[in-house]
Amino acid sequence: MSEAPGLFTALGVLIRRDLLLALRRRAQILNPLVFFVIVVTLFPLGLGPEPNLLQKLAPGVLWVAALLSAMLSLEAMFHSDFEDGSLEQLLLAPQPVFITVIAKVLTHWLLSGLPLLLLAPLLALWLHLSPDAIVVLLASLALGTPVLSLIGAIGVALTVGLRRGGVLLSLLVLPLYIPVLIMGAGAVDAAASGLAAGAHLSILGALLLLSLSLAPWAAGAALRISVE
Amino acid sequence: MNSADFFHMGGYGLYVWGSYGVALAVLALNVALAHQHQRRVLRTITRSARRDRSCA
Amino acid sequence: MWVWLHKFGSPKYFYNVSGKILPWVGGATVLLILVGLYLGLFASPADYQQRDSVRIMYIHVPSAWNSMFIYLVMAAAAAIGLIWNIKIADIAAAVSAPIGASFTFITLVTGSLWGKPMWGTWWEWDARLTSELILLFLYLGYIALQSAFEDRRTAARASAVLAIVGAVNVPIIYYSVQWWNTLHQPQSLGVGMSTIHASMLLPLLLMALGFKLLYVTLLLMRTRTEVLERERNSAWVQELAQALSGKSSSDQVRSSNEQR
Repeated sequence: MSEAPGLFTALGVLIRRDLLLALRRRAQILNPLVFFVIVVTLFPLGLGPEPNLLQKLAPGVLWVAALLSAMLSLEAMFHSDFEDGSLEQLLLAPQPVFITVIAKVLTHWLLSGLPLLLLAPLLALWLHLSPDAIVVLLASLALGTPVLSLIGAIGVALTVGLRRGGVLLSLLVLPLYIPVLIMGAGAVDAAASGLAAGAHLSILGALLLLSLSLAPWAAGAALRISVE
Repeated sequence: MNSADFFHMGGYGLYVWGSYGVALAVLALNVALAHQHQRRVLRTITRSARRDRSCA
Repeated sequence: MWVWLHKFGSPKYFYNVSGKILPWVGGATVLLILVGLYLGLFASPADYQQRDSVRIMYIHVPSAWNSMFIYLVMAAAAAIGLIWNIKIADIAAAVSAPIGASFTFITLVTGSLWGKPMWGTWWEWDARLTSELILLFLYLGYIALQSAFEDRRTAARASAVLAIVGAVNVPIIYYSVQWWNTLHQPQSLGVGMSTIHASMLLPLLLMALGFKLLYVTLLLMRTRTEVLERERNSAWVQELAQALSGKSSSDQVRSSNEQR
């Protein structure tokens, strides 16, 4: 075999491949986003259109909806690769497992987190969030959604070999999402009531760094166990 | 302190005894299940041992 | 340390040693809890503010301590099992989960029962109760994952990863819930630890120690059973079974005659 490709080359190749594959199944990208929009729409319908109430609830509603839609799209991260056996090949490939995981996580975020970021301001307007709060919402989503993808990767890696992993996955992952929810919604809430959101956002950043340094290893170990 | 006072717990009887009752029930159940499982496993292995011996 | 770990990790050695320890630990557990109950229920004064409802503390707080302690022990055992491939550690982690979940459940119920007279509601989103609720979710997720795999080895390894990730998260969850709580409504159950009187501290510590030992007792019982079940076909279990069946065969014959 020729020399192993550099880590970044491997990363780039993997991401390109996954993006291409995902673009062939556009519904898989769109469905979680439509879900996000529908869930947010349900709240005014359930609670009544009173602007003050919606404004008060908006941070929590948007963040919970983001959490759920990120979770819905998680399964796609390893599932098809597991089914057709290419996951096994990827684990045997010369690059370290965590590179594979990071590539998968990045792709997941590009396809679920980033579009969410683009949609969120629109939905925030529906819920009468102030412009300042929308800026903070975007910042918190930008810092928080990668954490969701990273922690989610561990959950999917653990359940990928199971026939009915879907509900189990949410059981495993949602409790671990709680700190992100608290800090994300807290940041927007603070901004909406005219307070500084810096502390919340820095904690979100710390969570991102922590999960970035630990989650790929855990997910890699979990993948090896599942595929073995 | 007489026994009526003791069970009354200064008006908090329901809460205090409810707490102790739930804790006792859950912990006793834990011990009972562990014990039952142990006996079941012991019975299974002794039975198969006896079977082996009678076959031999 | 290494020799010891592997020696203790051998199922047969563990079974024999734990069989000798178990009666003592069990006896100490019963003794500590009985003395703790006596002091807590009879011999300690009622709190000047919370009156007799403060007695709930003697089970609520030890359960809460245990629930977190057991999660950490579980994660540590799971990590040992994962890294050094020690079967006993895998088993100890697996059987700890339901015990820990039980203590978490007790913490939640007693917290709720304590909250009713103190706050006037059955449930308050107070920091400790909320973290305990999330801890219960973590336990349930662990148990669910453990039972989702058919192969025991894979189950142990996969749930070990989850337990370790959970253990890293427990402090993060705890502090973020506390942060969230102070922003919304700062109030908490319990007697201020600085003002706690010795007559209340003693039963609290006795109960805490008693609950810890109860966990050890349950852990040993369940681990021993699992060891027997998994090692069913090994020589030492066969020997043990022969000895047991020889001893009890006369009773067994009698009982089977009665059944007929």
